[in-house]
Amino acid sequence: MTKIYPDRLSPQQDDFYNALMDAHAGLSDTQSHALNARLVLLMANQIGNLEILKDLMETGRSYCDE
Amino acid sequence: MAYDYTPYPFVPPKGLSETEPRHPVVIVGAGPIGLSMAIDLAQRGIASVVLDDNNVVSVGSRAICWAKRTLEIFDRLGVGERMLAKGVTWKVGRNFHGEDEVFSFDLLPEDGHKYPAFINLQQYYVEEYLIQTALEFPELIDLRFKNRVTAHEDRDDHVLLTIETPDGSYTLEADWYIACDGAGSATRERMGLTFEGQTFEEQFLIADIEMKDSPFGEASVPERWFWFDPPFHAGKSALLHMQPDNIYRIDLQLDVDADGKAEAQEDKVIPRIKAIVGDKPFRLDWVSVYKFRCIKLDRFVHNRVVFVGDSAHVVSPFGARGGNGGVQDVDNLGWKLAAVISGQADTALIETYHEERSHGSAENILNSSRATNFMTPKTPAEALFRSEALRLAHDQPFARKLLNSGRLSLPCSLEGFALQTDGAAQVAPGHAMLDAPLTGPDGDTWLIEKAQGAFTLVGFGDVHLPDLAGLPRIGINQRADYPCYTATHGHAIRRYGSDIAYMFRPDGHVCAVFRNPTAEDVQAAIDTAMGRALETEA
Repeated sequence: MTKIYPDRLSPQQDDFYNALMDAHAGLSDTQSHALNARLVLLMANQIGNLEILKDLMETGRSYCDE
Repeated sequence: MAYDYTPYPFVPPKGLSETEPRHPVVIVGAGPIGLSMAIDLAQRGIASVVLDDNNVVSVGSRAICWAKRTLEIFDRLGVGERMLAKGVTWKVGRNFHGEDEVFSFDLLPEDGHKYPAFINLQQYYVEEYLIQTALEFPELIDLRFKNRVTAHEDRDDHVLLTIETPDGSYTLEADWYIACDGAGSATRERMGLTFEGQTFEEQFLIADIEMKDSPFGEASVPERWFWFDPPFHAGKSALLHMQPDNIYRIDLQLDVDADGKAEAQEDKVIPRIKAIVGDKPFRLDWVSVYKFRCIKLDRFVHNRVVFVGDSAHVVSPFGARGGNGGVQDVDNLGWKLAAVISGQADTALIETYHEERSHGSAENILNSSRATNFMTPKTPAEALFRSEALRLAHDQPFARKLLNSGRLSLPCSLEGFALQTDGAAQVAPGHAMLDAPLTGPDGDTWLIEKAQGAFTLVGFGDVHLPDLAGLPRIGINQRADYPCYTATHGHAIRRYGSDIAYMFRPDGHVCAVFRNPTAEDVQAAIDTAMGRALETEA
């Protein structure tokens, strides 16, 4: 099920997005893919709550193309 | 109806037949920035010569989006109301992804402001109004068309210019040389100043069309519409704005390797427009294909040569930060230059123009490059994040805010710079004035009409303002022996707080705040804002 999450990034959303793009700068596709996986794991650890993480995974998954 | 470009006459300047006395200020370039500069100085009694190599206003609509703060500055310069009357007022931006609207923003959700968030008005009208206003100062503004500067030389305490006209060339001396000669500044080129930064490879097509029917949906309300991956222009972006005279601006992203010349031809442009407006009849008014850079000069002040507007900094058009940034340069420099020329301040004050506006320009460049990067992903990773942000934006509020089609021009804060006195207030020292409606003995007015142009001390609520020679005072929601007004609907008190005094600089930025202002404290704040506390050159 898709859950709607309140915005917690603004007003720093542009700073965040730019930093994320900078983190990927100069990487190959494979390296970018691996970086994304590492970031998910790091962020999961920071969130540290299995219920929330499962909800997030379900919401993320709900957007997959049929 | 297409705009009528009536040429302004060339009048042979005095300098062709005799040596002219040294001028305090020569302004190079009679675009919106150069003309505003001349009017600002003239209002302060400072004479200038304005040189332009051309003799018509801007060909093509070019800069069209004028932000609230810019309009408030133009109000002070005497053209704001005219621009507002002619311009198309808007405040809502809508972002679309494919067919769907994904995010909209209201740039001014509250009332109680003389000027709206934005108006759209073609640059040629802005220049026409500014020229007419400049001509109202025949003793102070010497406007010379078809006068092209071919050389200039720094002579320490003045600048020597060589100027070419249809009747031959001549020289002029000026204490100050204000370079308002645009993005391709010949002044900058001659001085060999480095002007490098991020260059974007993408090309964009601008088409202005005249069309009777509104393309803005059923309500026909003019807004800023932006599409990521629109159905009529797959895989790219598109932007739509309305201008006066039923002219619509359409901005389309092209392929990186598109042939710019071919793309500007009618046979290529017309089908692209038809894909957007369908069967509505239209006339093509102006077409241009452009690329852009995001760059600023390291230094805006080079001894007696001062760069203002696009000659000092260029940005991508997304966010309307070019022309608006330039007008704020003028606002910042005008009173400082007048104070230095009239001997009230040391030349060190001009250096603060560089510090403050270089900071403003860096903020504009940061915002406009980020918007452009979002609109034109460069790598598969960037494209992936953008496409997923767009996907989530259909229902996740945080993702909507990530969509960046341009963060629209706002005045920068000068907080922490040397001319401000530290203090805590709702509108902190350094911030630009917030407008508010006032009611006075002579009827309704606005704060921006009462507190711009000169240092002004404004008291809100229960606070008494000391009397300093030559310093205008205004009271709001109080009774005193200086002009007092009522805060209409309480807007002014809500925006500024109560029982507090604010000192506004001539450019409308707060430079100090006081709970219990004494004459000594107020004088000290003025001295600081006039740069008297700065270390001067030995």
